Parts: sequence; structure tokens; C-alpha cells
Amino acid sequence: MIKIQNLCKSFDEVEVLRDITLSFEPGISNLVIGASGSGKTVLLKSLVGLHEIDSGSILYDGRDFSKMNFRERKEIRKEIGMVFQSGALFDSSTVVENVMYPMDMFTQMSPEEKLERANFCLSRVNIVNANHKFPSEISGGMRKRVAIARAIALNPKYLFCDEPNSGLDPKTAILIDNLIQELTQEYQMTTIINTHDMNSVMEIGEKVVFIHQGKAWWEGSHQDIFETQNKELESFVFASKFQVHINQLKKASGG
Amino acid sequence: MFQQSFFQLGQYILFIKKVFQKPEKLKMYWIQYLKELASLGLNSIGIVFLISIFMGAVLTIQTGINLENPFIPLYLIGYATRDSMILEFSSTIVSLILAGKIGSNIASEIGTMRVTEQIDALEIMGVNSASYLVLPKIAAAISFFPFLVIMSIIVGVWGGWLGGCVLTEVLSTGQYIEGLRYYFLPYYVVYSLIKTSVFAFIITSVSSYYGYHAEGSALDVGRASTKAVVYSSVLILLFNLIITQLLLV
Ligand SMILES: Nc1ncnc2c1ncn2[C@@H]1O[C@H](COP(=O)(O)OP(=O)(O)OP(=O)(O)O)[C@@H](O)[C@H]1O
Ligand SMILES: [Mg+2]
Repeated sequence: MIKIQNLCKSFDEVEVLRDITLSFEPGISNLVIGASGSGKTVLLKSLVGLHEIDSGSILYDGRDFSKMNFRERKEIRKEIGMVFQSGALFDSSTVVENVMYPMDMFTQMSPEEKLERANFCLSRVNIVNANHKFPSEISGGMRKRVAIARAIALNPKYLFCDEPNSGLDPKTAILIDNLIQELTQEYQMTTIINTHDMNSVMEIGEKVVFIHQGKAWWEGSHQDIFETQNKELESFVFASKFQVHINQLKKASGG
Repeated sequence: MFQQSFFQLGQYILFIKKVFQKPEKLKMYWIQYLKELASLGLNSIGIVFLISIFMGAVLTIQTGINLENPFIPLYLIGYATRDSMILEFSSTIVSLILAGKIGSNIASEIGTMRVTEQIDALEIMGVNSASYLVLPKIAAAISFFPFLVIMSIIVGVWGGWLGGCVLTEVLSTGQYIEGLRYYFLPYYVVYSLIKTSVFAFIITSVSSYYGYHAEGSALDVGRASTKAVVYSSVLILLFNLIITQLLLV
């Protein structure tokens, strides 16, 4: 479980996150939604210490990350798997080397064990026969999936995904969403997913947090979204004609 | 301007401190080291060979032209070539050329890793990215540059023979060899190797620093690699002067 208390973060004079208090439970998909530039990535990066926060605290199962020194943070980071918005695969390593990298660095596993584990992780994300390709030789969607495989290589307790399915076709996007949800339940990870894809919200949004003007504006599940009276959330969610249409149909049929 | 320079100096020192921390897993660093030996060292042999042979030849021919005085013995041409190569050309000039080649290479490699979040990915895993990426490069450069210098001296002297004795025949092979043997101070070679090790450190650490602190887009990676080359070159010139003052004067 991850608890954020009164987190504030600004860049120079610009306040990006203001007084955010949230908690994320293990075993369910926690989604963070918000417009582009609302601070989703900054929130995720602050959680793992890639941005230093100005004030507030971040608790990983009670352990206060924000007060830790570099060495203590490293220990927590070994329990974290992260999928970056860009994938962030190592260009100079092949697919399988990318997935094996955390094991190379932090375990005493034999080469066979590492390969077996890597192949297992890759098969979980439906990547086969691409072991010896370089990141530049595979498609964007495959890169995202390899990044997920690398993130789960060491069985993390915490999984952070920054827009894992942006730029993918709807079918592959849903595949990835379901995969992350499945892994989350299976390993009881605390998972936080940034997205602005409403399909994802509908598909796996067990808990949804809406970030607006730097605040945690609204919280709830994906069912709650349809009943919301919150103006800002409504205008964010029903931005497209398609979604407005669906909502009208739903309201009409529901009475 | 001054403030900016002091800020950068401070940031550079902190960066170096981060680089020289205890490696997480020595084996992984060793693998990186071997890779860097190949990419920074072996890949530079060709260019060093080429520069040295031409420099040696031109040096000898020029000295020959300028020494057309019957009272100065011709073997001094060989002597001049040898010492110029050892003292300055094989260390400083070769390092300046390598600052261009290796410096831009390192800065763009690390800069690209920065802007594509690969460095963040390393940090998240709990890896000390500065140390893991930079330490093997520094170690590889410091351990390989001396070989390049020795090679450059030998090739340069050979180039001098080609230029002076074969191409233009300003002096005979016997005279050239006599000059090479004349008043040889091994300490000059030591001085040259010490200088080169310092230059190797400057090139790799300064270029890594600029790459590591690149921010934003591909444009910044380009800027970082320009800065890397300019600043390493200037620092090489500066430290050339300082080391010479300390060791030779
Ligand atoms: N390193 C930084 N320095 C200064 N400002 C930054 C930095 N990183 C982000 N910001 C600012 O913080 C705000 C939030 O950015 P962030 O990347 O978190 O948005 P996001 O919600 O992830 O958007 P997207 O959906 O497009 O990825 C933006 O206004 C951005 O300009
Ligand atoms: Mg983002």
C-alpha cells in the first residue's frame, strides 16, 4: 500500500502538484487520469524520487520514502518496477538482455535461470521470437510490452506504469491493460497507472483518481464516473462526441 | 557568467563524487569496461595511426628545411622529431583529436540515454547510473590511452623517417637513427604518459558530465556534445600548461 500525504511539487515558480493526499491499495488497478500536462508524470516520478518533492510524505507500506537517504531509497527502488512513458529500453541491449538486466544487476541467478525467467516474463506480455532484436527493430507497442516485462522481472511489490498503452491501437491497448490488471491481482502488487485513455478507465479502473489543476480533484471507481456531478471531470471524460453519445444512451436506457 | 561557471564546477565535482562510489556488482562493471575498451580504445587506433604518421613526416621535413646551416649536424633532425613527438604531439595533439572523437561520442551516447529516460530507468532499478555508465569509460580511457601514446610515438618516428629519409632525403637513415638515439631522456616518456592519463580523465569525465546533464530533446544532446568537445579541449590545453610547469620546469 502506498500513501501520499500533502504532497507539493513545483518547478521554479510553477506549482504542478498542490497538497495531494491519496492512498493506493495492493491487488487492484489504481488509475490516475488527467489532461495532458496536468502533472501525472510528475506525480509518478515524485513517488520514486526522480523529482524531489517540496513538502509532504510518501509512505511505502509505512516506510517514509521522502525522508530516506540515497542508500535507503535504493533498497525500496529494488521493490519497484516502472514502465516509462517512452518505454526507456536500453538501446544498446537486445530485448532479452533488457529483461535480464535487473537480474544481472541484483541477483545471483545462473545464466540459465535468468534466461528462463526472462522468457517467462516475455511470454506473459506475448512477445515471442524477438529475443535478439534491438529496441530500434521492434514496434512501439512491442517496446511498451518489453518494458512491462522488464518491470516485472524481479517480482516487484510496486508497479508504476506511465501511459502504458498510449499510441497503441484499441485492441492492443486493452490487451496491455488486462495484462497489467492480471499481474497486479496475481502478485498482489500495488499498481499505479497513468492514463488519459477512457477505454482503459472503463476496462480496468477499479480506483480512479482525477488530477486537475494540480489537485486530486476527484476519486472513485469507473462506475462512479457516469454518475458524477463534478463539472471538471465530466468535461474531461466526455470530451469526445462518441463518449457523449454513449453517455446519453446510457442515461436514456437507465431511465 | 562567473556564477554560472562556479555552479557548473560544483555540479561537476558532485557528479565525480557520484561516479566514484562503490560499484553495486563488480562483474557488471567489468563487462562494461571491456565494451568501453573496444569502443573508446580499439576504435581509436586507426585515427591515431593516421595522425601520427603524417605528423612525424611533416615534423621531420619542416625541421630539415629550417636547419639548412652547415654548422648544425643533420642528426639533430631525428632528435627533434623524437622529442617533439614524445613531449607534445603524441600526448597533447593526439588527446585533442581524441577529445573530438571520443568526447562527442560519449556526450551524445549518455545524453541520448538521459533524454530517452534510460538513465531514469537505471536509477529506478536502484543502479547508481552515474557510476555504472561513467566509471568504466574513465577506467577504459586511462588504461588504454598510454598504449595509444606509445604507439603514436613509434608511428610518428617511423613517419619521420618516411618523410625525411625516403620522401625528401634531407638526411640519411643512419643520421636519423643517430638522432633518435641522441640524448634520450626516459623521463620525457613518463611525463608524456602522466599527461595523457590526466587528459584521458578530462575527456571522459567532462564529456560524460555534459551528456549526463543534457535536458529536454535531441537538440540538447547536440549542444551537450559540442560543449563536451570545446570544454575538454580547453581543459586539455590548460592542464598541459600546468603539468608542464609542475613536471618539467
Ligand atoms: N523537469 C521539469 N521542469 C519544469 N517543468 C516541468 C518538468 N517536468 C514537468 N514539468 C511541468 O509540469 C507539468 C506537468 O507535466 P507532466 O509531464 O506531469 O504532465 P502529464 O500529466 O504527464 O502529461 P501527459 O499526459 O502529456 O504525459 C507541465 O506543465 C510541465 O511543463
Ligand atoms: Mg506524462
